[in-house]
Amino acid sequence: MSHDTAHGNHELVAEKVDAPTGQTIRSHEWDGITELNTPLPRWWINILYATILWSIGYWVVYPSWPLVSDYARGVVGYSSREEVAADLDAIKAFRAKQASGLEKASLEDIAKTPDLRRVALAAGRAAFGDNCAPCHGAGGAGAPGYPNLNDDDWLWGGTLDAIHQTLTNGVRVAGNDKTRIGLMSAFGRDGVLKTDEVRAVANHVRTLANLDAEKNYDQAKGSKVFADNCASCHGPQGKGSIEFGAPNLTDGIWLYGSNLADIIETVTNGRQGVMPAWGGRLDPVTIKALSVYVQSLGGGK
Amino acid sequence: MSVTGADDDGPLYVSSKKVYPQKVTGPFRRMKWMILIAALGVYYLLPFLRWNRGPNLPDQAVLADLPNRRFYFFFIELWPQEVYYFTGLLVIAALALFLMNSIAGRIWCGYLCPQTVWTDLFLAVERFFEGDRRERIKRDEAPLNADTIRRKVAKHAVWLLIAWWTGGAWVLYFADAPTLVRDLATFKAPAAAYLWIAILTFTTYTLAGIMREQVCIYMCPWPRIQAALTDDDALNVTYRYDRGEPRMSVKEAARAKAVSQSAGDCVDCHQCVAVCPTGIDIRDGAQLSCIQCSLCIDACDNVMTKIGRPKGLIAYDTDGNVKRRIAGEAPVYRPIRARTLIYAAIISIVGGAMLYQLATRSTAAISVLHERNPLFVRLTDGSVRNAYTIRISNKRPENRPFAITVQGVPGAVLTVPEAAPTADYRAVVTIPPDTTREVRAFVTVPKDVPLQKSQDILITASDLFAGEVVNARDHFMGP
Repeated sequence: MSHDTAHGNHELVAEKVDAPTGQTIRSHEWDGITELNTPLPRWWINILYATILWSIGYWVVYPSWPLVSDYARGVVGYSSREEVAADLDAIKAFRAKQASGLEKASLEDIAKTPDLRRVALAAGRAAFGDNCAPCHGAGGAGAPGYPNLNDDDWLWGGTLDAIHQTLTNGVRVAGNDKTRIGLMSAFGRDGVLKTDEVRAVANHVRTLANLDAEKNYDQAKGSKVFADNCASCHGPQGKGSIEFGAPNLTDGIWLYGSNLADIIETVTNGRQGVMPAWGGRLDPVTIKALSVYVQSLGGGK
Repeated sequence: MSVTGADDDGPLYVSSKKVYPQKVTGPFRRMKWMILIAALGVYYLLPFLRWNRGPNLPDQAVLADLPNRRFYFFFIELWPQEVYYFTGLLVIAALALFLMNSIAGRIWCGYLCPQTVWTDLFLAVERFFEGDRRERIKRDEAPLNADTIRRKVAKHAVWLLIAWWTGGAWVLYFADAPTLVRDLATFKAPAAAYLWIAILTFTTYTLAGIMREQVCIYMCPWPRIQAALTDDDALNVTYRYDRGEPRMSVKEAARAKAVSQSAGDCVDCHQCVAVCPTGIDIRDGAQLSCIQCSLCIDACDNVMTKIGRPKGLIAYDTDGNVKRRIAGEAPVYRPIRARTLIYAAIISIVGGAMLYQLATRSTAAISVLHERNPLFVRLTDGSVRNAYTIRISNKRPENRPFAITVQGVPGAVLTVPEAAPTADYRAVVTIPPDTTREVRAFVTVPKDVPLQKSQDILITASDLFAGEVVNARDHFMGP
């Protein structure tokens, strides 16, 4: 390039030269500190100009300037949102393909076939997080009133079919004739049992699970009240019944707490925990996947 | 801000002067040709080398299988989590660069760097079509004529062909080479393959054909780093000014000697400058632009032989030795010194550690993740159970059954609900070839075993066929 002519006037000025390097010294100076002039190659600055030109090409081709109610869309009509939408469609199509395997297979086959099982567990985990975790916890750990799904105690049965049935029709869902129904009445509030009877039977229930009872509680009254009022659902030994969703009272698992006060509260006011019916809310494949996933949490029964 | 500089004293940018390196013959040039043939031969042909790994696995000796996340190098198969081997290689590469540098300067730049190798090849093509230095200079100075245009077009065409083949060889490392070649020829290859060939064609053509020495002088960081790593004992391509100065022609030297004046061996023939691929004068001393390709040594030696003077006016030497000769002392060569020994020692330690790791590395892996919500559950019989997600990797090309067991808590039993128990083991999981699988496992401890809040456990997966055992430490949480 012709910098010689462009800067011809400099050549009249005597240039100072740095002896060791042979480079010229620039004229500015700060307290005796001077600077060598080391020119960069011309192509270096040309690349900068080329990138500026490139950016103009970008403005034309791709979305760039924000406008008042829209933006400059670019001639190729690229949209990152459409790209995301296309990716989502692709993953949905892929999942649908995988889910079609779940649709045809029985619950047992899904659980036994490794490829189907992996798909079901992945889909089930996602659906669980979206729909079940608010009550049962992210890992299915449960909370008082909401069963822990990781243990081996299943109120309504722990087989795949039983879980599927519970998921589809829910627990105590009004207007659903296939829903899980069990009635733990408010024995105290409704006046069926008197306060001392409630206290006696609560103590009796604690003894069923080998928990300490109050020293001077009325054992005879407790066991009689239990036999008359509780045994029909919970069984004479308090082993519970899946048919009525009646918990086993002899194990170490307490949905509403095992303190005497908790049990008195339960007997006095009853317990009517509910779970929505997911049939109709979730598609059948998702419910199948959830059944397999929920059973895998505790290993099933 | 003005490009010309605020205080108007000289340009901030200058056009680069075109360099016309002259052809040269000699031992260093021969060595460089051999290295070029070996390096490019390996680069272009390696993807076609086959290596039998049995069924289900690719038979390409060197393959980076990105879609399946595997890297194959002859008998080595690496998974993504073993990427630290590449870290080790990079550490060794950096130290090897330092070691080369402390022994004999920019060996890498002069002989091995792809920029040098491809530029050499492109220069040979240029010389083939446009003639040697003088002819090329004359052609560029003269007005364009049909012959020059024809020759330049032919040169650029061959350059592009080499550049295209360079990009073509590159993509072959990422897919089955023969298949990809066929797909490329029939336009069935994936778009990414064509794109990468285009990118590498562009970079090779530009860097080796057009930019050449500009890459070394302005774009590469190594000359700057190298200057900080060199020392007084590192050999460099050196003009021995003790012998060369004062420069004068053979006749002048004869006259000077006749009157007992000193005369140097340098006849100022400028052959060292003419052959230099970066267009510098080595007689100015060590400089950033010198890639130490040694071609000036060959050029100078040829001249010295012709005029009957000893070779080695330009040679691998140190500035200190030049000064010692001036002072009448013997030169000192110390290739073995603390710096080179330390570099060599670190290279052997890192290399040895990598070899040991590679030789003893297992073909199975286990990782365990404790369920956190809930940390534990109490079962109906009062026992305590923890859940774990166990991932087992099988890096061998066949099905392998792994028995999973637990140690550390008395009475603890590990079960995997989806794995059927066998006669000998509670949980046996079969992992398909070259795959990794996740299973949910339960560890149950009976009611009467005393438990702390947390106790250490060891989960073991044992290959029932090959006997390989892998372990993972974790915790068992109690009430």
